[in-house]
Amino acid sequence: MSLDRRAFVGASALLATSPVLFAQAATERRFVFIIQRGAADGLNTVIPYADPAYGSTRGALALEAGTALKLDGSFALHPSMATLHGLYGAGQATLVHAVASPYRDRSHFDGQNVLETGGRAPHQLKDGWLNRLLGLMPGGGRTAVALSPAVPLALRGAVDVTTYAPSALPPADQDLMLRVDQLYAKDAQLHALWSAALDARDMAGDARGGERRNDSAALGRAAAGFLARPDGPRIAMIETSGWDTHSAQASRLATQLKALDSLIGGLQAGLGAAWSQTVVLVATEFGRTVAANGTGGTDHGTGAAAMLVGGAVLGGRIIADWPGLKPSDLHEGRDLRPTLGLDTLVSSLCAEVFRIDPERVVGALFPGSATASPVPRLLRA
Amino acid sequence: MNRFGLGARPDEPIPQEPQRWLHAQLERFDALPPPWRRAARTPALVDAWLAQQGAVRRAPEGQRSRIREDYLREGRVAYVAAAGARTDSALRSPTPFVERLVHFWSNHFAVSVDKLLIVGLAGGFEADAIRPHVMGRFEDLLWAAVLHPAMLLYLDQAQSIGPRSLVGTRAAMRSTDSQQRTRGLNENLAREILELHTLGVRSGYTQDDVTEFARALTGWTLPSDDTAGRVATTHRYVAAMHEPGPRTILGRSYPDDGEQQARAVIRDLALAPATGRHIALKLARHFVADEPPAALVQRLADRFARSGGDLPSVYRALIDSPEAWAAPNAKFKSPWDWAISGLRALGRQELPPQQAVNLMNQLGQPVWRPGSPAGYDDAGAAWAAPDALLRRVEVAQRLATQAGSAIDARSLAPRVLPGALSEDTAGAIARAESASTALALLLVSPEFLRR
Repeated sequence: MSLDRRAFVGASALLATSPVLFAQAATERRFVFIIQRGAADGLNTVIPYADPAYGSTRGALALEAGTALKLDGSFALHPSMATLHGLYGAGQATLVHAVASPYRDRSHFDGQNVLETGGRAPHQLKDGWLNRLLGLMPGGGRTAVALSPAVPLALRGAVDVTTYAPSALPPADQDLMLRVDQLYAKDAQLHALWSAALDARDMAGDARGGERRNDSAALGRAAAGFLARPDGPRIAMIETSGWDTHSAQASRLATQLKALDSLIGGLQAGLGAAWSQTVVLVATEFGRTVAANGTGGTDHGTGAAAMLVGGAVLGGRIIADWPGLKPSDLHEGRDLRPTLGLDTLVSSLCAEVFRIDPERVVGALFPGSATASPVPRLLRA
Repeated sequence: MNRFGLGARPDEPIPQEPQRWLHAQLERFDALPPPWRRAARTPALVDAWLAQQGAVRRAPEGQRSRIREDYLREGRVAYVAAAGARTDSALRSPTPFVERLVHFWSNHFAVSVDKLLIVGLAGGFEADAIRPHVMGRFEDLLWAAVLHPAMLLYLDQAQSIGPRSLVGTRAAMRSTDSQQRTRGLNENLAREILELHTLGVRSGYTQDDVTEFARALTGWTLPSDDTAGRVATTHRYVAAMHEPGPRTILGRSYPDDGEQQARAVIRDLALAPATGRHIALKLARHFVADEPPAALVQRLADRFARSGGDLPSVYRALIDSPEAWAAPNAKFKSPWDWAISGLRALGRQELPPQQAVNLMNQLGQPVWRPGSPAGYDDAGAAWAAPDALLRRVEVAQRLATQAGSAIDARSLAPRVLPGALSEDTAGAIARAESASTALALLLVSPEFLRR
């Protein structure tokens, strides 16, 4: 028995009652959430070089204003982020500082739980805000793709989503695929997973050529391969890890930020014309201590930096009600004090991206959060 | 066999009295079975690490990266060999329940070779910190895991120095000159012991407890790389790195008795009620269900408390709990559990080490490489994802093709899924057009993917 992949999907659609198919979406906008797992150090990413306390508290970890990429009179970007700096200059990147979720302790796992569920406290909500956003989206196209082997918490929930991670295995033969399809027909969980997997494989199509799992630019292009299609998903989530820089931060953070910069570059390149409709959000569970620790790194903190990037972003701006870095300015005497809620930022952003009533977005994504929206306009009209 | 073990093997009889079969395993566990006897052990692995450290220190700047690369290459060889030992041990073990417990504890006290410099030590961690202690007291297991060089390096304890210790004050004096060496306290290990290894997150400890505990831990580090007069050891206590003074942790004071200080904190943490509840929940989740029955968790926690953290007592309570047997087979297996049970069902006794490593990489659960100190997620929901399922089908096909037509899946299926094989799956196996397709279908059938 020999069927090519496309013919097989046709056959599978006949066998299975209702595979998850990507319908034509009702919106042209694309939204990508890049999560930085491990508490990324915002202070050495978007550097407040003009704050006199920055150099004195960071000590040897402080980046010289001369080496950083200048953004404005107060802030500069880490030198590893040349692509992002270019996008900022082109008015396609906004950097947000001193931002934090409602979570105020310092556990990665609880912090990520709050960041991904949108709850006020860890484990208060079971599903993810990105999945609930899918439920609010207008018309068709209510689906998303996660560039990872498993569904991240932010995308778990009532709406079916798919996952895609490049695999080094040879594909299974079509006869086995058809029989597996029949075998799962009566099993609700496996049937849904299986249908989603097949659709994702088919859609990734030409984006798979020669890519490696560790290649950030290729990962960005693979995500773009899904999003660029007119009938593709409008939401993607990409996981990055390795941000927990307790030691040897200078070199590790440089490598991390370089990879993030390449990932953004890969997305832009892969999206082509659709980049003008795209908004990428980069966020982490919490920031890191203002002072360097004893091992050339920083410990778990509070206020962090976030990024909004894409052709649809009203960029070239910094959004920060800067709290200052003097000891008396700090949260609990050690961390950057948050002056903007990440939930406020994200809900305002999502409302603008998909043109949904902001009150509805807050209620669904971040229940219990303040409904007022003090953030300036984030996107181009 | 599926709930508590690693999956049935066709050459083993189906146990008639499952509880007795499990209890008996607790008496027969071999901490160092034949596959592990071939792997390098911690003292030799630490020697190699120290030799590298010394060589780097003595070498001129230009040659250091080559020395480091050579060491990492050797470390990768040791890693692959140890991952092979772990796999073969799981495939052949006559005590699969206790092997599962080894995997459980190794993941509870997770180290990750994501931190490349411990790549050579991860196998030694399981062989020497975990395996000898899974049938002992929790306190001894905890202390062994915390002091193992892989953990000391992974969570940055090896370089943590009390700011007011002898070494700390000297470093502070030096840092006023141009050298700017930043060395001092690192609270990473202390935090993860409290959050992950013992009490559990949100159990009431504060940032001050974390910092105080980190101070108490200062001094515990790796042996010196100075070859003169070195005694074979895998860790040591350096009084000159220890933060002087009494410490207060969770309301209890600990006098400054040097190396005994951290030991005393560890003892209290190991016996704390919150620790018992945390361990009880994790064990019940691992063996029974993602959301285990509260009564079961309570019973395990009680047994933990009454026995002073005697682990076999807790395991016995688990085996004897009716809830553990009543839960439906609904838990989606982790990639490791699925791969091992599949290989066992095919009668495999061993796997070439590099193949074992590649297999787990492809399935998305690389050996000893979780993304964080929390280890791999133990909830089935974390693993049930579209792409992961497709990979299992691809792997099943490859394994089944290797087995060829030597195995008849129709007679194998009821033996490896006793009482669980559905008519649909039996029918699909019977209708398959080749022996290898039938085997692959068995391995990816709904009942084989769950336990």
